[in-house]
Amino acid sequence: MLGNEAIARGAYEAGVKVSAAYPGTPSTEISENIALYDEIYAEWSPNEKVATEVAIGASISGVRAMASMKHVGVNVASDPLYTISYSGVNGGLVLVAADDPGLYSSQNEQDTRCVARAALVPVLEPSDSQEAKDFVKTAYEISEKYDTPVILRTTTRLAHSQGVVTLEERQEIEDKPYERNPAKYVMMPANAIGRHVYVEQRMNALAQDGCGFAINRAEYRDTSIGFITSGIPYQYVREACPNASVLKLGMVHPLPKKLIEEFAQKVDVLYIFEELEPVIEEQVKSWGIKALGKEIFTLQGEYSANMIREKVLKEDLHIKEPAKVPARPPILCPGCPHRSVYSVLSKLKIHAAGDIGCYTLGALPPLNVIDTTVCMGSSISTLHGMEKAKGKEYVKNWVAVIGDSTFMHTGVNSLMNMVYNQATGTVIILDNSTTGMTGHQDHAATGKTLKGETVPAINIFNLCKAMGIESVTEVNAFDTEALERVIKEEVARDAVSVIITKSPCVLLKGNVFPYKCTPVEDKCKKCGMCLKPGCPALRKKSDGTIAIDETMCNGCGLCEQLCKFGAIERVKG
Amino acid sequence: MTKNIMIVGVGGQGTLLTSRILGGITRDAGYDVKLSEVHGMAQRGGSVVTFVRYGEAVAEPIVEAGCADVLIAFEKLEALRYAHFLKEDGVLILNEQRMEPITVLTGAAAYPEHIVEDLEKEYTVFKMDAMEEAKKLGNAKVFNIIVLGMAARHMDFSKEAWLSAIEKTVPPKTVEINRTAFLKGYEGA
Ligand SMILES: Cc1ncc(C[n+]2csc(CCOP(=O)(O)OP(=O)(O)O)c2C)c(N)n1
Repeated sequence: MLGNEAIARGAYEAGVKVSAAYPGTPSTEISENIALYDEIYAEWSPNEKVATEVAIGASISGVRAMASMKHVGVNVASDPLYTISYSGVNGGLVLVAADDPGLYSSQNEQDTRCVARAALVPVLEPSDSQEAKDFVKTAYEISEKYDTPVILRTTTRLAHSQGVVTLEERQEIEDKPYERNPAKYVMMPANAIGRHVYVEQRMNALAQDGCGFAINRAEYRDTSIGFITSGIPYQYVREACPNASVLKLGMVHPLPKKLIEEFAQKVDVLYIFEELEPVIEEQVKSWGIKALGKEIFTLQGEYSANMIREKVLKEDLHIKEPAKVPARPPILCPGCPHRSVYSVLSKLKIHAAGDIGCYTLGALPPLNVIDTTVCMGSSISTLHGMEKAKGKEYVKNWVAVIGDSTFMHTGVNSLMNMVYNQATGTVIILDNSTTGMTGHQDHAATGKTLKGETVPAINIFNLCKAMGIESVTEVNAFDTEALERVIKEEVARDAVSVIITKSPCVLLKGNVFPYKCTPVEDKCKKCGMCLKPGCPALRKKSDGTIAIDETMCNGCGLCEQLCKFGAIERVKG
Repeated sequence: MTKNIMIVGVGGQGTLLTSRILGGITRDAGYDVKLSEVHGMAQRGGSVVTFVRYGEAVAEPIVEAGCADVLIAFEKLEALRYAHFLKEDGVLILNEQRMEPITVLTGAAAYPEHIVEDLEKEYTVFKMDAMEEAKKLGNAKVFNIIVLGMAARHMDFSKEAWLSAIEKTVPPKTVEINRTAFLKGYEGA
């Protein structure tokens, strides 16, 4: 079972009744698997803040609830998180946060444990798929016993690794009765003052009781070396030093101080082996315990057993130098509608304030269209800020580009702001009818729910119109002529305007590709126009003419449109 | 002893399907198995790596540099990128396909020549142009199962076990073509 599948199973076995999430690698499969259980109501919410609040509502009403997200999603959810920490729970409340050491699919490498410390919320961290499932259940027990939301922290390596898992039955958990209790659930100053005291007591109690939790486990073997570790790094320790003593922390916040002090006393040299921030290390050292951590291990990236072999055991690993080879970064797929839009922007030499999604890849050569990317929803507000700083004329060779899912996530707020503050600027919504980057999840504008029901789709065109934006235009993403005309018109306008480019993601299920593009060799003038958008199906042959890989081509026809000499034909495939 | 298998290729080439078949066969044989895959961004045409480890009790889910028993490479450049993960006596199973990364297509870098020859100097290599063979079988997509067939020679499971693992993993409509593809790789051209 995939770590994420195991978490979903854990939610099922723990009797969870409500799950809400917004997709994000590496957390997405949790919800997709939870959705398979009829016993659990599961939804895609428009963003992580909403998802967390849905779970909070469910918890207050008395059922066990879960919200799951990637690490940066926790930032979006942090407003409710910091305060529900004060209120606590009725039914158990677990927030799954998936960190991404090594930056496989994220815009930063932040450590959720830092947020949890600030929010005064306990954190559990499993080391394999079996624990991922079991810890979900433990998390609900802790949540209800200590009246606290609990964060289950995973990492990409855990989320996307498979291991053997033993399944159990679902616990039927009775709904907790709901009683009106404003002192606990209405966080205004007078009430929050009292709850803050409670929260500090709760964290102290957890730190003490944590010394006896089965998930915090001292494994004594050879005591000349000891490691304090948790999560996936525990496996690297076991791999590299099977005989060393290990204090394996299943709860990484708050720390079980007595247990750690005892362990530190029994081992000769103590290493703290934790990926990303020195969260355990700084606390342990602040208690006057001697240990080695970030002096020898990195703050960035994933750890490995080889790291221990090198830095701790000082082994010479005789690893060959990796060959020097060209990088292979991810690219837009053949037939991707974003490429078509970008080829026009690139031709018009227009800069784009970008956003997060597959279309962020438009920042890379050969397209080089996107100049900025910060976080979801930021494209529109960034463009707005530029205009307010430098004036209308400055943004006339700029646009904001944002995907449909990202627009529904937080982009919509920024667009309201442009309308309200009388901005000038053009926003292009790249509507491919799905959340592409994370593997095709539905959202409020696709007309399908996570459970697969058909529902009325929110119409993005009407939504923009309802804000009072006069110029909203829908264009087929592959009609490059129309795109060029509309973009020129709109960027020249002294107003906020929206262009919605439409064409479904090529990888979307049910898509059919009736066409293929093929080169007509004798007409080719070797000008290279067709190669400009960087479609991976096209290749320049040694004689300068073009080859098109038929197994890759989806027949979108962009290269055919770009060829002025009729040297590429689009034919029924 | 834990056996370390790596599958490398280009996002979209079907590394996940191959690793799931491997996961299935090792589990059915009663081993402890850990498997680590790449989802998300890199699946969009980037360089992707999947690890499969099986044995009595497996700790870490990844294969580290210098530790791979079998390296299955779906593309030549990716073979070169990860060859140093092989152990002394490891074997490289190579699909002789060339897929130029965007850095090469835009002229920013050159695709190395003589990859196969260079690899053969340092490693034990078994190679095939599986894409060509798959096209001959009438379905280019099954090239990865041909490559898996070649790799199967270097793992300790019977032919029948492989065929049954494939049957359990691939879509029912494609069982026959995948069987044929596997045997093509397993029994050689
Ligand atoms: C706060 C936050 N939540 C989730 C993600 C993960 N994520 C990255 S891009 C993306 C959405 C992409 O969908 P869309 O905007 O429709 O663009 P597409 O990929 O389809 O082109 C998501 C959910 C993130 N980076 N940040």
